[in-house]
Amino acid sequence: MKGKTLNLKLKVWRQKSATAQGKFETYEVSNISTEGSFLEMMDILNEQIISNGGDPVAFDHDCREGICGMCSLYINGHAHGPDEDITTCQLHMRKFTDGDTITIEPWRSAGFPVVKDLIVDRSAFDKILQAGGFVSVNTGGIPDGNAIPIPKEDADEAMDSASCIGCGACVASCKNGSAMLFVSAKVSQLALLPQGRVEAARRAKSMVAKMDELGFGNCTNTGACEVECPKNISITNIARLNREFLSAKLKD
Amino acid sequence: MANLFSSSIGRKLLMSITGLFLIVFLLVHLTLNSFLLLDGVLGFEEGQMFNAGAHFMATNPFIKIMEPMLAIGFLVHIMYSIGLTIQNIKARGAARYASGSKTDDVEWSSKNMFVLGIFVVSFLVVHLANFWVKMKITGDPLLHQEASFPFMGAEAHGENAYALVNTAFQNIAIVIIYVIGCIALSFHLSHGFWSAFQTIGWNNTVWLNRLQTISKVVAWFIGLGFCVIAIAQYLFF
Amino acid sequence: MATLDSKIPAGDIAQKWENYKAHQKLVNPANKRKLDVIVVGSGLAGGAAAASLGELGFNVKCFCYQDSPRRAHSIAAQGGINAAKNYPNDGDSVHRLFYDTVKGGDYRAREANVHRLAEVSNSIIDQCVAQGVPFAREYGGLLDNRSFGGAQVSRTFYAKGQTGQQLLLGAYGALNRQIAKGTVKMFNRNEMMDVVVIDGKARGIITRNLVTGEIESHFGHAVIIATGGYGNVYFLSTNAMGSNVSAAWKTYKKGAFFGNPCYVQIHPTCIPVHGEFQSKLTLMSESLRNDGRVWAPKKKEDAEAIRAGKKRPEDLSDDDRDFYLERRYPAFGNLVPRDVASRAAKERCDAGYGVEAGEAVYLDFKYAIQRLGKDVVEARYGNLFQMYEKITDDNPYQTPMKIYPAIHYTMGGIWVDYDLQTTIPGLFAAGEANFSDHGANRLGASALMQGLADGYFVLPYTVQNYLADELHTPRIDPAKSADFKKAADEVKGNINKLLSIKGKQSVDSFHKRLGKIMWDKVGMGRTKEGLTEAISEIQKLRVEFWKDVRIPGDANEMNVELEKANRVADFIELGELMARDALHREESCGGHFREEFQTEEGEAKRQDDKFLYVGAWEFKGIDQEPVLHKEALEFVYCELKQRNYK
Repeated sequence: MKGKTLNLKLKVWRQKSATAQGKFETYEVSNISTEGSFLEMMDILNEQIISNGGDPVAFDHDCREGICGMCSLYINGHAHGPDEDITTCQLHMRKFTDGDTITIEPWRSAGFPVVKDLIVDRSAFDKILQAGGFVSVNTGGIPDGNAIPIPKEDADEAMDSASCIGCGACVASCKNGSAMLFVSAKVSQLALLPQGRVEAARRAKSMVAKMDELGFGNCTNTGACEVECPKNISITNIARLNREFLSAKLKD
Repeated sequence: MANLFSSSIGRKLLMSITGLFLIVFLLVHLTLNSFLLLDGVLGFEEGQMFNAGAHFMATNPFIKIMEPMLAIGFLVHIMYSIGLTIQNIKARGAARYASGSKTDDVEWSSKNMFVLGIFVVSFLVVHLANFWVKMKITGDPLLHQEASFPFMGAEAHGENAYALVNTAFQNIAIVIIYVIGCIALSFHLSHGFWSAFQTIGWNNTVWLNRLQTISKVVAWFIGLGFCVIAIAQYLFF
Repeated sequence: MATLDSKIPAGDIAQKWENYKAHQKLVNPANKRKLDVIVVGSGLAGGAAAASLGELGFNVKCFCYQDSPRRAHSIAAQGGINAAKNYPNDGDSVHRLFYDTVKGGDYRAREANVHRLAEVSNSIIDQCVAQGVPFAREYGGLLDNRSFGGAQVSRTFYAKGQTGQQLLLGAYGALNRQIAKGTVKMFNRNEMMDVVVIDGKARGIITRNLVTGEIESHFGHAVIIATGGYGNVYFLSTNAMGSNVSAAWKTYKKGAFFGNPCYVQIHPTCIPVHGEFQSKLTLMSESLRNDGRVWAPKKKEDAEAIRAGKKRPEDLSDDDRDFYLERRYPAFGNLVPRDVASRAAKERCDAGYGVEAGEAVYLDFKYAIQRLGKDVVEARYGNLFQMYEKITDDNPYQTPMKIYPAIHYTMGGIWVDYDLQTTIPGLFAAGEANFSDHGANRLGASALMQGLADGYFVLPYTVQNYLADELHTPRIDPAKSADFKKAADEVKGNINKLLSIKGKQSVDSFHKRLGKIMWDKVGMGRTKEGLTEAISEIQKLRVEFWKDVRIPGDANEMNVELEKANRVADFIELGELMARDALHREESCGGHFREEFQTEEGEAKRQDDKFLYVGAWEFKGIDQEPVLHKEALEFVYCELKQRNYK
């Protein structure tokens, strides 16, 4: 069995509810294996808190394999922590060293209010997609899947855009609280495919309008979103969104 | 077009277009400034080319039209940047990260465009007071020194803008302010140039790196260009 | 009392579904909006059903415990989705997909349901393409296929290693469209606590708002349970942390029968367990077996040396490697079905040839890299390799992956008839939550197919058929209904009971102990003795749980420990039923392997003369033995054979 063990100090944001005042609490955990994941370390912390009669730290997580997009956490200055191209649930303790102090915070953005402790409300993302992030087809009565050939390059590029997991790291790491990377990923995916092309103009306009309405900030192309995105969604998607949106608006 | 400029992307579009327009102005300005150094190289007397250029600028009807446009471009760029920045601060929410932002590979300038912009504007104010106000409004004894230069194939007489500039650049304080302002400008442009193309939508995976490189080249060409001229004036003229 | 009538339509198997659709009852458009449907779960089955029923005009309420329907665990499926398109012209057909699925399920699935599944499989691909799912394509622009375990044709459609994600996002898009239109009302962070049965029919559900802790009541003319499987009964599984059996279990306790609970799928290619604090297991897609070769050291001393860290797998020459799947199953090789591959890995490890802590074998890409080049391998599996490296810190391009079987899917579930209706009228179950299509073992890339088949192409017909007779049932106002009030009070009572225990042990500690009993005694190899022990150990654990569990916090707030406690309480009860089912089924079939029943070569040995039936259990009370009902299985179109992948 490889790996070492770590003793760590954790500064964790605690907030009883959306309206309550929050503050940092400091905890110490010991004998954390470097082979374990960050969330397993959080599990150990919670077991410890429970056995001491306290209220465990609430944090979002579900699949723990980096695909559901539920986990969040802003760790030591990084959305999803100090490793590249991963979600928090895939962050492993070997990225830390013995004696480290780890600061753990919720996503911070006006668009994502805190629900409890480290859990934030990301329902704004659902609302943006409800504004048009789909192809308007009903179930059934559909042509054959091979009826429209799609160039492999387009399909692959659409797939890259579609790999967004809706975790919100882009908004969390944007100094402007902008949701452009998230919106552009969906707009791009569907604009690249003939099936989605049909209503591309309508989609770009209504999704951007909803994004603005919900109070997300304006993109200034810092590219921080792209760096912290666990799925490597490129900011060239944002250029495509701009193109789609502007050409749609200019036709109005 | 309905409501274009009330949308986030529409407002950003205005920033891009005005920004690119201002870059074009800077290139023209830099070209003119380069005349400050070129007389000797091209066999003119000191100040002749620059005075000819200044004369052209002062008398050309196209430039006359462009001048207010330029002012509007500046104003729109500045006003919208203030509006967008306020919105962005609001969107960021009240709370800040205790652990700060350690995101690597993010251009420093991209995160500080507004601050850099303030630097550039402050410099602009000083710059306008030094030159533009004197040339256009108050006048200055230096301008009235005798100046003759070739213009449109003939000998012409006009204001001695060269004397004004040359004298100013003998002042080390002005040169230092000038250099600081131009470096801030370079940082501002190194992000602003490619960012403008990105916002207009003229970018893709192939061009992203190219545009970012071109952006740096353009930005430092302009900024350092102005600096080199000012320093050369101080040292050699 | 409910009886087991599977309601299979008459006629030739290829005509049954057509006949059904031709003669079913319909609801006219004006009346649809007067009918309410509750869908619990928002994954492939639930999301697709909610969207499709919303499109038809029904009034739909959809519930999920996550913060968004897009998080449902369907999203984690990597490899692909099967369909009988026969695009590669390699001899596929609806009948062959049907046959492979029945055979893959070790002849314990209902033929009529499986045939319908194969029939609608093609429509699923068309539907998803139309929704903008970016399936992989060839340079000619047409859809690409790959091969998967248990089939000799390439019929698996895929979107990189994220097929489940893309299909779910397609369904989520369809759902979002209906939410925007107002035909579907979405309730995120809401967990179903009970089903409300009035006059023998399902009429609604009781939910807990996970943010405020409020107990809420919702009426529906029909209720659909699409809440996935119960693999987390083992604590360690590839399921999401929140995946649970509670919704299904509550319906069981209200009278729905539970079918074949002992059929559990153990996936052969997971990353091995690394420590006792581990919270979940990560699957490496079955698609890796397309190009990876599975092996264990041929000599015990090599295995020991590797375990001790004295040798590395790269040091072993091909002659010292035992490619045991290729050796035992030359026809299918590394692509044998999951249950077969898992047992073969366990056999090697039990015999002392395992690596790591003795419970791992190798999945090696050296040969694929030699044959195809690193670039091709990277293009095919790059994201999976990256995931593996992040977790283990080993680079699979250089050293073989270590894998071991883990709990992945549950074929058992709520018993349903051909209409996907449970033994409670008006209560339907879809996707992994029902027992219907996979028999005793599921083939790879069939779960996505089944979830979407149920959601898009089956429930919209069968639920409508049921609702046609409900037109005259007025909506019930839960606030004025004694039945709703009683159900809600029971839920509140149960929560207060849990909170008042104030014991010493955490919920997770109970869950881990349950998981250990289940894995050791109701896992890959089961014996009469072990199962009998398991039943009594689980019973004791249940008593202890209700005496000594510690749940901090209150009922009227977000309380994660309370959520977990509710789920673990149900898992403990389910665990006992699984052990009972496994004990009674004295044969080996698919994922259910009773060590007493195996061939001389160690393959599963069915007892068709005694167990050719679905075991559906009826709840009789918490301290009483459940009653077994049998649905006889008939195989008219697939010949009953010993499965053979040699």
